[in-house]
Amino acid sequence: MTPATIIQLSLAILLLPLFSFVTLIFLGKRMPRQGDWFGLGMLMICLAMAVAVLASSLGSEEAAVLNIPWVNFGTLPVIGPLQMQIGISVDHLTAIMLVVVTLVSTLVHLFSIGYMQGDIRYSRYFAYLGIFTFSMLLIVLTNNFFLIYVGWELVGLSSYLLIGHWYEKKSASDAAKKAFIVNRVGDIGMFTGIMILYYNFRTFGFTEIFHAIGSGQIPMGSEAWLTAAGILIFCGAVGKSAQFPLHVWLPDAMEGPTPVSALIHAATMVAAGVYLVARTFPMMTADALMVIAYTGAITAFISATIAIAQNDIKKVLAYSTISQLGYMVMGLGVGAYTAGFFHLVTHAMFKAGLFLGSGSIIHAMHHAMHHENDHHSDPQDIRNMGGLRKKMPITFLAFLMYTLAICGVPFTSGFLSKDEILAGTLAYGNLTGHLLIPIVGFLVAGMTAFYMFRIVILAFLGHHADEKRYAHIHESPATMTIPLVIFAALSFFAFYSFNPFGASDGWFFHAVERPQSVVPASVQAAGIEAFEEAAHHAHIPAMGLSLLVAAIGILTAFATYQWKKISADAWATRMKGVHTFLVNKWYFDELYGAVVVGGTLAITQFLRWIDENIVDGLVNGTASWTLAVVFGYSDHAKGKNLSAKMFLLVGFASAVLAGLWMGQWFWPYHSAAGSVAVGVLAGLLTLFFFWSGAGGFDKYIVDGIVNGAAYTSGFFGILFKKFQTGKVQSYLVLVILGVMLFFFWFK
Amino acid sequence: MSLFDIAFYFFALITVASAALVVFSRNIIYSAFALLFTFFGVAGLYALLGADFVAVAQLLIYVGGILVLLLFGVMLTTKLVSVDMKTGTLQALPATLLFAAVAGALSGVYIITDWNVLAGAPDAATTAVTIGDMFLTTWLLPFEIASVVLLVALVGAAMIARRDARSKPTQQAAL
Amino acid sequence: MMLEVGLTHFLLVSALLFSLGLYCVMTRRNAIIVLMGIELILNSANLNFIAFSRFGGAKLDGQMAAIFVIILAAAEAAIALAIVLNIYARFATVNVDEINQLKE
Repeated sequence: MTPATIIQLSLAILLLPLFSFVTLIFLGKRMPRQGDWFGLGMLMICLAMAVAVLASSLGSEEAAVLNIPWVNFGTLPVIGPLQMQIGISVDHLTAIMLVVVTLVSTLVHLFSIGYMQGDIRYSRYFAYLGIFTFSMLLIVLTNNFFLIYVGWELVGLSSYLLIGHWYEKKSASDAAKKAFIVNRVGDIGMFTGIMILYYNFRTFGFTEIFHAIGSGQIPMGSEAWLTAAGILIFCGAVGKSAQFPLHVWLPDAMEGPTPVSALIHAATMVAAGVYLVARTFPMMTADALMVIAYTGAITAFISATIAIAQNDIKKVLAYSTISQLGYMVMGLGVGAYTAGFFHLVTHAMFKAGLFLGSGSIIHAMHHAMHHENDHHSDPQDIRNMGGLRKKMPITFLAFLMYTLAICGVPFTSGFLSKDEILAGTLAYGNLTGHLLIPIVGFLVAGMTAFYMFRIVILAFLGHHADEKRYAHIHESPATMTIPLVIFAALSFFAFYSFNPFGASDGWFFHAVERPQSVVPASVQAAGIEAFEEAAHHAHIPAMGLSLLVAAIGILTAFATYQWKKISADAWATRMKGVHTFLVNKWYFDELYGAVVVGGTLAITQFLRWIDENIVDGLVNGTASWTLAVVFGYSDHAKGKNLSAKMFLLVGFASAVLAGLWMGQWFWPYHSAAGSVAVGVLAGLLTLFFFWSGAGGFDKYIVDGIVNGAAYTSGFFGILFKKFQTGKVQSYLVLVILGVMLFFFWFK
Repeated sequence: MSLFDIAFYFFALITVASAALVVFSRNIIYSAFALLFTFFGVAGLYALLGADFVAVAQLLIYVGGILVLLLFGVMLTTKLVSVDMKTGTLQALPATLLFAAVAGALSGVYIITDWNVLAGAPDAATTAVTIGDMFLTTWLLPFEIASVVLLVALVGAAMIARRDARSKPTQQAAL
Repeated sequence: MMLEVGLTHFLLVSALLFSLGLYCVMTRRNAIIVLMGIELILNSANLNFIAFSRFGGAKLDGQMAAIFVIILAAAEAAIALAIVLNIYARFATVNVDEINQLKE
């Protein structure tokens, strides 16, 4: 396949979901089956083309690029020549992401056909899935910051639409708003970062910017600005990929339909942030990378602790996603570029599977509860589940497979990617001395194993909480189980590497190689050779340690929830403070509520006080002062008060005198005539002001003008009414008459 | 008088006379049929001017389409059995004066003006090929826009007419 | 009087056609006859286009314009007829002078 064909196919992949969106949003309700087959069909075509693009892209080292000059402003003053280019490029990274996005989106479409059956906005839901996929594909395909920002905002918009799909529920519409606004915070950072780069390099293209940095140009001539630009762009990733401290929107986003969660968590939204970091990796300085690594580590740790204490199955999965995203970001930050991106791909598969699996469970629970007329119990609470293994065997086996993968058990894809990340963190710790990062990495691996097996044990093993309800639980339909099976299959190691204990021999690690850093050597992170050397040495210990912590986590989960050797409740009471702290998610929402929301409200209160007391005070004061002067005089006049006449007289006299005195300068030749004229004028003005003050001006002049205008328009109105017969043809006669008059007038 | 002149006067006479019949006939059916001859005469004039394609298009679209449409309108809105078929006139006097003024002014301008007639005989061959070329090259955008306009008009006309089919004249007259 | 038939002759026919159409639009009460008058006016304009096209160097742009006028006339006739039918349904008449609610 030539590069031109790759570009054409990629454009088709990009535009077909958009086409699906446009068609479904306008015609969806009138199409048979509300058009779900249309969206699914479009995505299937996309998937087939994406696989073709990947296959041919892996064969060549060069990226296929298409650049279009979009706007040419010519040469502007101060700025110089200004031309904006947009374009797409397809390299290995992009091709892999294309397959991941279209695959997950296709399976989510398929799953939704079963899950969303009978929804009130069924066709609109599929339309939104289309635009969501489109936005993500735009981010993945584009080769410049400009379009990536467009796609970024489109992803924000479509996530808003999908999270708020059931907007009648207040919690859903609130969650949608929260996701949108929190993302905006990160986007501002990203925007600023892009502007720094644009201001310096006058281009949005990745290649051009990296080339410029590589050839020694640095923003404002200082490495600090380069670091700042990198961290600011990473802010965008912090928002979209739900990193600390902007992770708060993601758990709330569980209010959307469950397949949407799968899409958001696996393929589209949160992957965008990690993808952005991977894409901009070459321009990150060592300091920026350290910030990224620590952000990832903190995120991974905080969310893993929270996940342990949650009871809602989707909430647990949400925090596990945040935790795994932290892993990816941490992996990229420490320089394990390939491993971090690899984890994005493997995680996309098993996390999409986990969400769809939980969707399948919730679907079954919901139907069973509906059957029992039970509208109070929460179908998402794992304490209400149990024993589902026998009723839902396919879901159980698939779910178990994903769980093994996320825990990093050998022979799964998760083992490969997690192991590489952990080896990378160990290498980083050895090279730089930041030992906290590998420690957090292993700790989180153990916690992940614990809370994931907690879900599996509570939901699938043991006994169901309610026998009557248990009788009504059934396996989900084929449209829902087929995606589960596919994702489960894709969680095996064999798809990524034939060696189950090391991914570095597989095709993936050959396809995605860490790009050469372009930043100046003084601020560069450890070079590729040094890092890989260290990572190679860390590989075996990392594998052993990760297996050990995973085993500890899994065994603890079984001991606690299956064999009941350890009492979870007793531990919860013993560590009451910690438990409440975790159940309340480290009080992030409360903190932001108090600081950000409360702070904004306090500022508005203060501004309101200024407005009401100072601004209004000035205005009202002026008005009442004027009123006092005017009415004070007219009241006096009515009462024939002498002092008022005296006031008038004195005023008049002093004005005349002042005029006489000042007039000599205004008039030429210093003649007496000028003095007299100005004096008389000043006297008349004084009289006029007193007359106005007494209401004369208002009464006679202003009212006169207004009444005159009203009378005039009334007169003409009556006059013209005669011509307005309401008959179109009489108007036409008048028009033609007018045209003819003009014609003869100007001939 | 050459053959061309005879043909011109023939078609001009048909055109103007039948147009006058359209305008002055009391009976709407006569008007409609007179319009047929007007279109026919104009098509003849087009042919004389070397515009064979436009002449054919005129016959097809005007006679075959618009006139049929107008006749449908007549049939649907006129009570055939009653004397309603005859329709009245309005404001005849001012309209006559204006008619004279417009006709006089236009004719005067046409006669007085010294037209810069460029030589250039029309191609003997048909114009259809050239017009087809021009449609797909220089006039491509107007051509496409026209197709959209036609589509919109079609849909719009269907929609307007369909809505009226639901309502009875008597109900709506009260509004 | 110019004996040889030239541009002016065609223009005079068009002028007559135009005036007749205008008179029709101004005087006739029946909306459909008014539409016929509009068609006369459009035809006269077309005649002008084609005459100028022929005597202006035999370029075909005038003919193109005429074709577009024909296209638009077709669209206009369809819409106008639909409106007339609607008016008939609402007021039970197609006489333009009786439809004068705009006055109120």
